[in-house]
Amino acid sequence: MSSNAEIERRIGNEYQAGFVTDIESDTIAPGLSEDVVRFISAKKGEPEWMTEWRLKAFRAWQEMTEPTWAHVHYPEVDFQALSYYSAPKSMADKPKSLDEVDPELLRTYEKLGIPLHEQMALAGIAVDAVFDSVSVATTFRAKLAEAGVIFMPISEAVHEHPELVKKYLGTVVPQRDNFYAALNSAVFSDGSFVYIPKGVRCPMELSTYFRINEAKTGQFERTLIIADEGSHVSYLEGCTAPMRDENQLHAAVVELIALDNSEIKYSTVQNWYPGDKEGKGGIYNFVTKRAVAHTNAKVSWTQVETGSAVTWKYPSCVLKGDNSVGEFYSVALTNNYQQADTGTKMIHLGKNTRSTIISKGISAGKSQNAYRGLVRMNPTAVGARNYTQCDSLLIGDQCGAHTFPYIESKHPSAVVEHEATTSTVSDDQLFLCRQRGIDTEKAVSMIVNGFCKEVFKELPMEFAVEAGKLLEVSLEGSVG
Amino acid sequence: MISINNLHANVEDKNILKGLNLEIKPGEVHAIMGPNGAGKSTLGNVLAGRDGYEVTAGSVTLNGKDILEMEPEERAREGLFLAFQYPVEIPGVSNLEFLKASVDAVRAHQGKPALDSVQFLKLAREKCKAVNLDQSFLKRGVNEGFSGGEKKRNELMQMMLLEPSLCILDETDSGLDIDALQVVAEGVNAMRDANRSFIVVTHYQRLLDYIVPDYVHVLANGRIVKSGGKELALELEEKGYGWLESADNGAA
Repeated sequence: MSSNAEIERRIGNEYQAGFVTDIESDTIAPGLSEDVVRFISAKKGEPEWMTEWRLKAFRAWQEMTEPTWAHVHYPEVDFQALSYYSAPKSMADKPKSLDEVDPELLRTYEKLGIPLHEQMALAGIAVDAVFDSVSVATTFRAKLAEAGVIFMPISEAVHEHPELVKKYLGTVVPQRDNFYAALNSAVFSDGSFVYIPKGVRCPMELSTYFRINEAKTGQFERTLIIADEGSHVSYLEGCTAPMRDENQLHAAVVELIALDNSEIKYSTVQNWYPGDKEGKGGIYNFVTKRAVAHTNAKVSWTQVETGSAVTWKYPSCVLKGDNSVGEFYSVALTNNYQQADTGTKMIHLGKNTRSTIISKGISAGKSQNAYRGLVRMNPTAVGARNYTQCDSLLIGDQCGAHTFPYIESKHPSAVVEHEATTSTVSDDQLFLCRQRGIDTEKAVSMIVNGFCKEVFKELPMEFAVEAGKLLEVSLEGSVG
Repeated sequence: MISINNLHANVEDKNILKGLNLEIKPGEVHAIMGPNGAGKSTLGNVLAGRDGYEVTAGSVTLNGKDILEMEPEERAREGLFLAFQYPVEIPGVSNLEFLKASVDAVRAHQGKPALDSVQFLKLAREKCKAVNLDQSFLKRGVNEGFSGGEKKRNELMQMMLLEPSLCILDETDSGLDIDALQVVAEGVNAMRDANRSFIVVTHYQRLLDYIVPDYVHVLANGRIVKSGGKELALELEEKGYGWLESADNGAA
């Protein structure tokens, strides 16, 4: 029992990226109505078709109810108490160099092994980041333009490439797809837009960092990535958020369109404020991420989720074209009172479509971690295959791991494999490490990293290092 | 090297060690023998500081330092090494990574410079060869899918890398065939020197044919009831432990 008491005592490191940037914001009063939707649209100077698109979503949302099927519990969100628009007032208020940034924050970045230029971006300097709701500046744009790649805030794409936005927005995640997607469609603030032209291999990894900065500001990113025929792109999304007492709602939508013979790799490291040791505060993260893969296309989702108080997230693939491939690699770590209900959906429509799901759930403290995955083989999915591996690791004896696999196979030639394991970080393992001079924290971090190895190797190199460090920071003091 | 005085210890409120005394000088090899349930494995675990083993009285000093107040990892860094009877598996953590973390921690504590990856790999390969394990074992998960003999040789490899001052071998011979036993014994013998001591816990005299002890102690009912030279092991082999236990009970 003594070790459990130790675990209990040492669980609960402080959130490392909690800070608030003190700048004046242009924020509207809380509440959501058609007027608010029009206000947001007007603020962004959107064309009429975009305003109408938002209003259609808003009307759909009004008739919808919040889903309750996920294995998470939280107080009801009052959507009328949130403010739906916030933008930093002036670039002049942003820090000009790292000297002006909270040294505490810089230490965390250092711990996470984030390179200096990315630290600057994260701290809001000279930057290619969604800073609250408005994207500010985009570096490397010239180099990308040379290759014909379009990478810009979606708010700008609405003006500069309306034909592409009109053609693809809402085609993968329709406005009325689900409650949160509808909400996002009505009020989305900003996000990234990527278009890779035919046959182009994007010359660099595309990345963006998101921050939620204003108290009580819902953040609603909308990301749209289109890989035209035969193109290739790797997109990284990394997140931290400052510490706030009140829960912040985050409902993003990400749509990926992989046209014939193209490939999209989408990697996420999510490190939003998870709430304190008593489960107070933290981000509610209700995300809809979905891709459609056309003939011979490949879509790969890799995610490392360590943050948020409540997570509801299922990056999915619709394998529409023949021979298309979908992959989902996930590490979800929960500590203290965090709750995660995450997984994926692989919808096989085309012939000989293949999908792979590798999910690693790590639960510590009093957290609850659920994997929820759907594999559907439609009647058209001749010769389709899926392989699912779903592993859970428990640290301590007060947390929970849950697995909800849904398998629907409607074609006799389809093959679906599912493997699941649950293991613990045992006292014997920890004692072996400690007897060899390795302290408990290092031992846990080693064991957890070993557990996640299959997923980390799917991440771009520098991201993999960051992810490993992030797990270490997130688990700091979780075992004694 | 190590001084154990009047050591009393409980496991789950059950009194297992009941006033154990043992004094080991540098360079000496002491064998601890005794019947099942005498407290042989408990001794190793108590010295190493395992959770759940509660010391209720007595003292233990290693190289003059009181170790009972130290965390297990501190004791390890001070030079105490316990070779496990049943080494546990740590899937996904490569042996090499584990060994590096271990050697780094111990060297840092001892004020020795850290080995870089190249130096370390060279050293690890050397030791791997010395214990007759294929180099591929360095890349595999710690003890993951190893046979009983491979696990024991892996323990020995760790011991060689860490160069501890006190090695406690907990029934290292259990589950080993005669060839594996010889490999392990040769490894241990190669490590014997004037500054390193050994506590060899064993059930059978057989191991002591290969690792010849300076002293043999019989542990029964939580205490050392008889000590002697290596010939005592042969006597025990012949007579068993019964006569000693009854003598001890009579005295109590």
